[in-house]
Amino acid sequence: MAEASNAVLRCTNLHRHLGQGEGRVHVLRGVSFEAERGQVCAIVGPSGCGKSTLLYLLGLLDKPGEGQITINGQLMSNHDDAARTAARCAHIGFVFQFHFLMLEFTALDNVMMPMRKLGRLTPEEMMARAHALLTSVGLGEKTHRLGTQLSGGEQQRVAVARALANQPAIILADEPTGNLDVKNSAVIFDLLTSLAKENGQAVVLVTHNPDIANRCDSVRPMRDGLFV
Amino acid sequence: MSPNLRIAFRFLTAKKRAMLMSLSCIVLGVGLFVITQATTSGFEKFFIKTILGTNGAMRVQDKIQDTMRSMAAGGENSKFRISSREGRKYIEGIEEPQLVVNALMKFANVSGASIVLNSPAILRNDSKTDSIKIFGINLDDHLRVSDLASQIVDGKLEDFRNSPSGILIGRELCNRQGLAIGDSIIIDARGQQRRYRISAIYETGVSDIDRAYVYLNMGEARSLLKKPTGATYIQVNLIDKDRAPEDAVHIEEVLQHQARSWQWREKPWLSAFKALSISSAITTSVFTLIAGLAMLNTLAMIVIEKTKDIAILRSMGYERKDITQIFLWQALIVLAIGTSVGAALGYAGTYAVSRIPMPVTGIFRTETFQVYISPWHYVAAVLMAAVMVMGASIIPARRAARMEPGDIVRGTST
Ligand SMILES: Nc1ncnc2c1ncn2[C@@H]1O[C@H](COP(=O)(O)OP(=O)(O)OP(=O)(O)O)[C@@H](O)[C@H]1O
Ligand SMILES: [Mg+2]
Repeated sequence: MAEASNAVLRCTNLHRHLGQGEGRVHVLRGVSFEAERGQVCAIVGPSGCGKSTLLYLLGLLDKPGEGQITINGQLMSNHDDAARTAARCAHIGFVFQFHFLMLEFTALDNVMMPMRKLGRLTPEEMMARAHALLTSVGLGEKTHRLGTQLSGGEQQRVAVARALANQPAIILADEPTGNLDVKNSAVIFDLLTSLAKENGQAVVLVTHNPDIANRCDSVRPMRDGLFV
Repeated sequence: MSPNLRIAFRFLTAKKRAMLMSLSCIVLGVGLFVITQATTSGFEKFFIKTILGTNGAMRVQDKIQDTMRSMAAGGENSKFRISSREGRKYIEGIEEPQLVVNALMKFANVSGASIVLNSPAILRNDSKTDSIKIFGINLDDHLRVSDLASQIVDGKLEDFRNSPSGILIGRELCNRQGLAIGDSIIIDARGQQRRYRISAIYETGVSDIDRAYVYLNMGEARSLLKKPTGATYIQVNLIDKDRAPEDAVHIEEVLQHQARSWQWREKPWLSAFKALSISSAITTSVFTLIAGLAMLNTLAMIVIEKTKDIAILRSMGYERKDITQIFLWQALIVLAIGTSVGAALGYAGTYAVSRIPMPVTGIFRTETFQVYISPWHYVAAVLMAAVMVMGASIIPARRAARMEPGDIVRGTST
C-alpha cells in the first residue's frame, strides 16, 4: 500500500449542511478525497459547487456534519479545538479565497505570524525566512509595506508566502491566482509545484483557470457537492 | 515581545480614539481616588494627632463601685465565682488621683499621667459671654501627656506657670472675644466669679477645642471649683497609642476605674472619617466603572472589526487562549498606562493641594489641605481600576475566542 502511505491528507464521505431552517442547504454530499505528498491537485468546478466549503473542512477550520478527515493517519475531524488548532499550526498552510492579510501589519509581519506561533525558529531566522519567502513570490522590495499599502494581487502573494511559512505538509489554496496576471500566476504556480516536488509537500488548490488546472498532477472536477 | 502582545499593540493603535475614553477615565478615577483618600486621611491623621495631643491617648475617670453581682457558685468557700458585669456602677470622679497616677505609671506602655479637674464655666469680657470648659492642670504633668507646649502660638508658658491667676486660652475664643495676651477676663463657675489674665494663647486647629478649652493652674482651679481634693479624670499618655483599647480594658480591671481609649472617645469622629473616605472611594470608583464600560465597548468594537484577522490568526494555529490574551493584553496596556498616569497625576495633585494655600475653617482651622500619602491608596486605586477594566474586558475577549474560524470566513459568525 505504497500509495496509501503517501496520502498525507485523506477525507471520506464528508457531508456538510449550511444555513438554518428553510435556507438549509446540503452543500457537501459525501465527498472523499486524498492529497499525496509531492503532488499538486486541482479542484475545479462551477461557482457555488462547494469547493471553498470542502477546503475549510480539509483545513480544519470547520467541522463536517458527517465523515472523517485524517492527517498523517490521525483522525482529526472529531478532535477538540485545541488539537485541531495545533494541527493547523504545524501541518497546514491555508490561503483564503477573499481576504488575505492582517492589514495593519507589514508583509513581513504577516509572513512571520505563523512562525512566531510555532516558535521553532529564532527571531533572526524567522526574519530571514520571511524575507526569502516574500522574495520568492516577487515581493522582496515590499516587505515593509503595510497590508493596506499593497494591491489585491500583492496581498494574495503575501498570503501564499504566509501559508508556506511553517513548511506545512499540506498547502490548501483557494484560488491563489485569482487576482493575478498571467506572469504572476505562473510565478505562484511554479513556486507551489517546486515546493511539492522538492519538499514533498501536498498542494491542493482550487482554480477556475484551465491552464493552471491542466498543469497539475491531478484534477478533481466537482459539481453540486460531489466529485464527478 | 510575545506575538500576542505585539498583535495587541497593533490592534490598539488602530482604535486610538475609542481607547482614549477608557484611558482618561482610568486616569481620572485613579487620580481622584488617590487625592480624595490622601485628603480625607490627611484630615483624619491631623484630627487624631491634635486630639491625642490635646485630650490624650487615654482617660481614667469614674471609680467603679463594686456592686458586681458575684456569687459563689458552690457555697461560701467555693473558688468558682460568677460575676456579672451588668451590675457595674460608677462613682463620678476620682477620689484619690495621686494613688491612681502612681499605679498607672507602673504600666509599661504608660509614659505619663496628668490629673485634670474639669468643669463647665462662663467666660465674661465686658458685655460678651461665652460658655467654656475649664481645665485645672499641673502644667509639667500635663506637658507630658499633651502637645500643649507646641500648640502655644502667642505668649509664654512660663508666665502661666508662674502666675496663679494666669490662664491659657484658645486662639478662636480670643478672636471671638477680641482678646490678646495680658487682657483680663472673668470666669464664672459654681456661682463664683474670678478675674484672670491671659498668659498665653494656644491653637490646636480643631475648632471645638480652640473656642472652648481654658486651662488654669490646678491650685487656682481647686479653689474656684471648691474641690480641694479629687479629680475629674486623669489624662494618660501611651508609648504605643494603637494599643490604647487593650490597655484601657486592662487598666480598668486592675485599677477599678473607668478607662477610656481615644478610639472609644472619638468614635463618632473616627467613623465619620471612615464614612467620608468610603463615600469618596465610591464616588471616584464611578470613573473606573465608566472606564470599564468604555473598555468593554471599545474591545467589542475591535472584535467586530477584526473578526477576519481573528479568523486568519486561528487558521494559522493561534489558539482560543491566544485570542483571549490578545484582547486582554489590549486592556492591560491601557490599564497600565492609565493607572501610571493616574497615579502620577494623583501624586502631583496631592502635592499641589497640600501646598496651595487654602485656608480651611469650620471644624478644622488649617492654612492648607491636610494630606497623608499612603502607598495603600495607590494600591487600592490600581486594584479597583484593574478589577473594573479587566473584568469588563473578559466579556469581549471571550467572545472573540469563541468564534469559529469557519463561521467567520463564511460571514455567518454571530
Ligand atoms: N451560510 C450559508 N448558508 C447557506 N448556504 C450557504 C452558506 N454559505 C454558502 N452557502 C452555499 O454553499 C454552497 C457552496 O459554497 P462555496 O463557497 O463552497 O462555493 P465555491 O465552490 O467555493 O464557489 P466559488 O467558486 O464561487 O468560490 C453555495 O451554493 C452557497 O450558496
Ligand atoms: Mg469559493
